[in-house]
Amino acid sequence: MRAQLASTTTRIVNATSRRLGRGQGTVAGGRAGLRLDPRLLEHLSAGRQVALVTGTNGKTTTTRLLTVALGATGDPVVSNETGSNMPPGHVAALVGTRAGRAVLETDEVYLPRVLTSTAATTVVLLNLSRDQLDRTNEVRMIAGSWRAALAAAPHTHVVANADDPLVVWGAGAARDVHWVGAGLRWQHDAVGCPSCEGRISFLEDGWSCATCGFARPAPEVTLVSAADGTARAEWADGRAAPVRLSLPGRFNQANALMAAVAAEVSGVDALTALAAMEAVQEVAGRFTVRSFGEVRARLMLAKNPAGWDELLDLVAGSGAPLVVSINARIADGADPSWLWDVPYERLAGRVVVATGDRFRDLSVRLHYGGVRHSTEPDPVLAVAVAAAGSAEVVEVIGNYTAFYDLLGAPA
Amino acid sequence: MTAPLRIVVVYPDLLGTYGDGGNGLVLARRAEWRGHAVTLLQAASDRPLPEADLYCLGGGEDGPQVRAARALIDDGMLVRRVAEGAAVLAVCAGFQIVGRTFPGAGGDPHQGVGLLHVETEKPTGPRAVGEVLVEVDADALGALPMLTGFENHGGVTSRAEGTAALGQVVVGVGNGVGDGSEGAVQGRIVGTYLHGPVLARNPALADRLLSWALDDVSLAPLDDSESESLREERLLAVGRRRRHRRS
Repeated sequence: MRAQLASTTTRIVNATSRRLGRGQGTVAGGRAGLRLDPRLLEHLSAGRQVALVTGTNGKTTTTRLLTVALGATGDPVVSNETGSNMPPGHVAALVGTRAGRAVLETDEVYLPRVLTSTAATTVVLLNLSRDQLDRTNEVRMIAGSWRAALAAAPHTHVVANADDPLVVWGAGAARDVHWVGAGLRWQHDAVGCPSCEGRISFLEDGWSCATCGFARPAPEVTLVSAADGTARAEWADGRAAPVRLSLPGRFNQANALMAAVAAEVSGVDALTALAAMEAVQEVAGRFTVRSFGEVRARLMLAKNPAGWDELLDLVAGSGAPLVVSINARIADGADPSWLWDVPYERLAGRVVVATGDRFRDLSVRLHYGGVRHSTEPDPVLAVAVAAAGSAEVVEVIGNYTAFYDLLGAPA
Repeated sequence: MTAPLRIVVVYPDLLGTYGDGGNGLVLARRAEWRGHAVTLLQAASDRPLPEADLYCLGGGEDGPQVRAARALIDDGMLVRRVAEGAAVLAVCAGFQIVGRTFPGAGGDPHQGVGLLHVETEKPTGPRAVGEVLVEVDADALGALPMLTGFENHGGVTSRAEGTAALGQVVVGVGNGVGDGSEGAVQGRIVGTYLHGPVLARNPALADRLLSWALDDVSLAPLDDSESESLREERLLAVGRRRRHRRS
């Protein structure tokens, strides 16, 4: 009865909020519903197969890929596609649908709570690295909270990245873990062993702690990348398949493999799942090519050093002009000190325009990194400045709100 | 030809979570731009700490911070080089561990390197998080423009008698002992809670450290237009917040 009322309230507030043009109307309704019934997420999850996707980077993309993969069976699948990844967003996604399967992107700090509420059958753990240190917890604390939560969830199947020591620690006490050799480019947050006080050493084919023996578990499937940017999934049981995506980048191939294994755990063949993911062109605007007047630009999102490291690698292949946009609003974290952990030195020699609310912080960083650049406070004008004299599609990388500013800007 | 200036970023694998490695880069570039040869080294915690003229320590998580302190005490190089006149910039977790004692993850006290006569404890209140403005203590460091930075720490740091503060907070929390102090200065060692990184936001402080390390009090001026523009923006944005708070 109470759940019924709370569900109805969530729907009404969401619809009203959307009509008033206040965002996508997912958080307000979810909050209202949870106020009326704090156990609303539990009630809405009952009777559904729920998969949770969490980690510092790749949550939104992996959630989308898994949703598409599970949908390959023809069954309806619901997901929190707007990226509202805390309980109000989960409630809002589930409230209007009878879909038997749900894929929920989940904030890494909220995973224990959401796992308890949803009794999820599958949890996907991607990676953990520094992100918005002024408002989130230390990565080791997060890994510890995952470990405790998964130890207390014996019916949950875990799909975890074997190449990230913090993820392995977080997954390590779960009853059923499917280890995936998904790779880890950014290793700077994993040097301190999460199990003891020792030091993790990374080698060509794995990692281990010299003090306590904590080491990379043998994966059931590994992403094998070739020099030309293609990749294959190779299973320990002898199966193999190409990982072909419309989405660019090695990190997206890794996300796809994680999603494929999660799909298999949920009863959809991994190769069928991978084939279904090929069609995904963009995810919540990421990698969209759009026009600003005469200029075409590809929009990309990187929120933290690990994400930037991947995207700088991706754009290194082209000499196209680049716009870098940095904000420090609430959703971005208020302190852009992390710009100094990003290897922007790699941009030296190409056309770079610094923009966003905090273009001055970025400009100082580029100055000391030996990267010649120009500055333009207005992001749309910055795209035009970068394009001047070039016919190429401008590459644009922004952090969270900077990316959405450009995605939503008038054409 | 004189020997290159040696700058070491101490244990970026343990004290590198907060962008403070940028302080080493700022120091190195500012010396190079003035014609000095520079060696900038990132010193990992599993190797002996290299001999240097200037050491930079940054922020880190609680567990790695304890490991860094233990490694520095066992290694001995930092203490030796400070006795020989090397300069040190220690930020946040780095500031805490060059003091006498600091709290571990559980709040239990750990032994620090003991270069600065300060002691840090866990606060009873919330973490100190936000923009900071600091009026530099001219007795400790000479006249310097207002410092800007960003603090994010759960530590209350008290100074022994005779150890100067870096300055007084105009906005922010700083050392959190109730006297408005921020950081500490002793000889050629500067400790502070300011990120940003602090030397990127405050090039005059970078030059003070460089003048110690190079034994040169008359460093040639540099074109700092990017930094000056950032400083203006931060002083305006944070100063405005202060007026709001008071009204």
